[in-house]
Amino acid sequence: MSTGKDFETGQFPTWCPGCGDFGIWTALKNAFVEQGLAPYQICVVFGIGCSGNMASFLNVYGFHGLHGRSIPVATAIKLANHKLPVVAVGGDGDGYGIGLGHLIHAMRRNVDITYVVHNNQIYGLTKGQTSPTTEHGVVTKSTPFGAIEMPINPIALAIDTGATYVARGFSGNVKQLTELIIGAMKHKGFALIDVMQPCITFNHLNTFHWFYQRIYELDKEGHNPVDKAKAWARAMEWPTQLSVDENRIDKIFTGLFYQEYRATYESQLPQLQNQALVEQSIDDINIQPLLEKLA
Amino acid sequence: MIKINRLNWKIGGEAGYGILSAGEIFAYACLHGGLETFAYLEYPSLIRGGHNTYQVWVREDNVQSHSSHIDLLVALNKETIEKHLHELVPDGGLIYDENDNTLREYACATRQKNCFAVPMADLAKQAGGQKVIRNMVAVGSSFGLINYPYNYLFDLIARFFEKKGSKIIELNQLAAKAGYDYVNHKYSSQFEYKLKVRRINNPKILINGNEAIALGAIKAGMKFYAAYPMTPATSILHYLVAQERNYNLVVKQTEDEIAAINMIVGASFAGVRSMTATSGGGFSLMTEALGLSGMTECGTVVVIAQRPGPATGLPTWTEQGDLRFALHAGQGDFPRVVLAPGDPEECYELTFLAHNIADKYQLPVIILTDKYLAEARQTVPLFNQDSLRIDRGELADTNRLAVDARFVRYAVTMSGVSSRSLPGQAGGIFTANSDEHDDTGLANEEAKVRTIQLEKRMKKIQSLRAYIKEPIKLYGLEGADITLVGWGSTKGPILEAIKALTGEGKQVNFLQVRCFEPFPVKEVDSVLRQAKQRILIENNYSGQLGGLIREKTGIDIAEKILKYDGRPINPEEIINYVNG
Ligand SMILES: Cc1ncc(C[n+]2csc(CCOP(=O)(O)OP(=O)(O)O)c2C)c(N)n1
Ligand code: SF4
Ligand SMILES: [Mg+2]
Repeated sequence: MSTGKDFETGQFPTWCPGCGDFGIWTALKNAFVEQGLAPYQICVVFGIGCSGNMASFLNVYGFHGLHGRSIPVATAIKLANHKLPVVAVGGDGDGYGIGLGHLIHAMRRNVDITYVVHNNQIYGLTKGQTSPTTEHGVVTKSTPFGAIEMPINPIALAIDTGATYVARGFSGNVKQLTELIIGAMKHKGFALIDVMQPCITFNHLNTFHWFYQRIYELDKEGHNPVDKAKAWARAMEWPTQLSVDENRIDKIFTGLFYQEYRATYESQLPQLQNQALVEQSIDDINIQPLLEKLA
Repeated sequence: MIKINRLNWKIGGEAGYGILSAGEIFAYACLHGGLETFAYLEYPSLIRGGHNTYQVWVREDNVQSHSSHIDLLVALNKETIEKHLHELVPDGGLIYDENDNTLREYACATRQKNCFAVPMADLAKQAGGQKVIRNMVAVGSSFGLINYPYNYLFDLIARFFEKKGSKIIELNQLAAKAGYDYVNHKYSSQFEYKLKVRRINNPKILINGNEAIALGAIKAGMKFYAAYPMTPATSILHYLVAQERNYNLVVKQTEDEIAAINMIVGASFAGVRSMTATSGGGFSLMTEALGLSGMTECGTVVVIAQRPGPATGLPTWTEQGDLRFALHAGQGDFPRVVLAPGDPEECYELTFLAHNIADKYQLPVIILTDKYLAEARQTVPLFNQDSLRIDRGELADTNRLAVDARFVRYAVTMSGVSSRSLPGQAGGIFTANSDEHDDTGLANEEAKVRTIQLEKRMKKIQSLRAYIKEPIKLYGLEGADITLVGWGSTKGPILEAIKALTGEGKQVNFLQVRCFEPFPVKEVDSVLRQAKQRILIENNYSGQLGGLIREKTGIDIAEKILKYDGRPINPEEIINYVNG
């Protein structure tokens, strides 16, 4: 039986003390332990960012790829060896900015991978520029007069685009996040977990305190994740009043918004039904029949 | 004088007139009669309208290129005559559709001799078909004129239209027969070029570069292919996906080329041989992940089927403008191999080799082709399967791994190559890291670690040098008066030119460079130092191989034949240059 320690490389995280990334790291380790997995049985693909730096702290078969490109790498690993649990981890800039094109197609493709996004609504590693989820009007290093663009809504996007497991977590609630990750890994299909992750260094709006004031857990509100219309309605709820106000009424829901059972991409490939690609022998492949067609 | 079994046939018409199927049927009919062909299609970047041509050069000996001299021209539109009549040799013939008024008037006004009017549209109608079936009337007419047995055509039509059902097959056969009989009775005695069936012992195939690459990859055990459609690489995707279930492959059309190359790196990491193919534009998008393949030491094979750039360029034409790009694409120093096959057999053989190198030496291998090589068909003997051996390189042995330690995946070795573990293998845990890393893959920015790991990766280039058996090839006699220097698809036209020049009593040889990285400095240098007169031949503006040779050997090849109008070099251009 593995313990949390087995999933640590020995390098202590270089994240700022108090960063929300720690909670996600812990939840991932917990989720692996609770599923009885050994480190060598898991593959995690990381993007580039503070989030992706977890590659050096998490002891698994890791792939620390390029900025925005974790999804294609994870997709191919799954197609090459569909018996392996594959998780992708990255930031909001990584997944919703530079890598958004891949994400949308991965969701409609429904390959069985779990994607955990550290959504700190800022570019952390490059020291504080606006991100695709930065709130309108927020001052960042690259928006000194306030962000002009509207933020994207990852949960609504995922429901709309065909992800079959759509959840929001909060790095301040490791217990719930652990459960969401386990649920996502057990789910057969593409799972997106958007994790609200305070960046204590560069995002001075969306702090732990700000979230604690607003967060509600969906299952405690009796939400049924197979109800797509309700899931959509919940996804649409997001604070309209951004400043810290003890009397605010806006809600942010966390938990499983939507789950759908749809055949995975790989289950629709008959050539994978007997063996994973990586298990196939490649010695002595005979191309004679193909040559004859050209004669 | 009767000329037997040397005919260069060309058919032209609007896109949508069935020029491609007419050409392929003509070429395969010749193949089945024991003749050798080179078949070459030109088409614009349009689906309908625009001008298409298909040329088939037929002989008894191995035909290695197209030619600018046509013996029999078949015109389904006026443009064919306008654009190609000047290519016709003096005793050549023109077949045209006399039902097309403008075409008739134009043909009669431009040429009297050997001008064979055929009521193609009428014959198509009498056969019971529509005007589109004129292409088969045209092929039938051609074979009728040159007295080639009709039954080859009959059989091939059945094979080509197999999926369309017996009715369509019969229609096409009737149309072809109508053209055949009409021309055979009326004109065949007037035309001196004839094709005769030959018995041959060894079976041959008619194949293009893209198909040969696909076959090389399947043979090499490539199981994962990801690509985004881009001419002239697309037919590799089509070919492979059709074999997906027969050979247990996963073939994925991706959202873009960035996804394609990141996917093949991922599949390689998981232990599966993988490949992508694109043209220069798509390769531009792949450059960052090419370095990822180098940095993480996940071997990949990337095919660049070049077309004229920059930007969208001339999408359906040919050029060799990306040699420097393939060599230098990507930030930083990382090892790569760049191979350039010159004909379909080399496409097959070098693609197989590329997969072995990618696996064993754990780095990206680029295969450079171009539109001309990718899509032109050549008659070759059945590919050899026996001498090809899969070489996966060093895989970690699970029994010898410590279960709880991290695996030293990037161990520093003499060769620079370290043994690898595969995800899921107990005791093999490591991180494939695009950040500089220590020997287990954890990010590390120490000066010493950086230096050691970079040197380890770069060492692989020297280690694999000997693994590439024929980085150059020399055709013709050593010590010839003239040495032609080239790479890739110019090989065919160069060898055809040499055949003609040798016939004229000239001594010409050809240095073909097949590998650019690692560059075969010694081999190239020793051939070129001895050469009496050197001529560089490239399908690009800047003479990229010439520049590379100068950089690596100090030898400057002053004489150059450079062509960059999107068209392949033809043998006559080389012959004319040599003859001054
Ligand atoms: C192609 C490319 N462009 C830019 C960068 C620089 N870069 C590194 S991380 C990053 C953004 C990080 O933001 P996010 O993905 O939200 O991750 P975080 O650091 O916030 O966890 C950028 C722009 C890069 N590494 N690669
Ligand atoms: S910059 Fe922000 S996201 Fe990055 S480690 Fe520090 S607190 Fe965390
Ligand atoms: Mg971020």
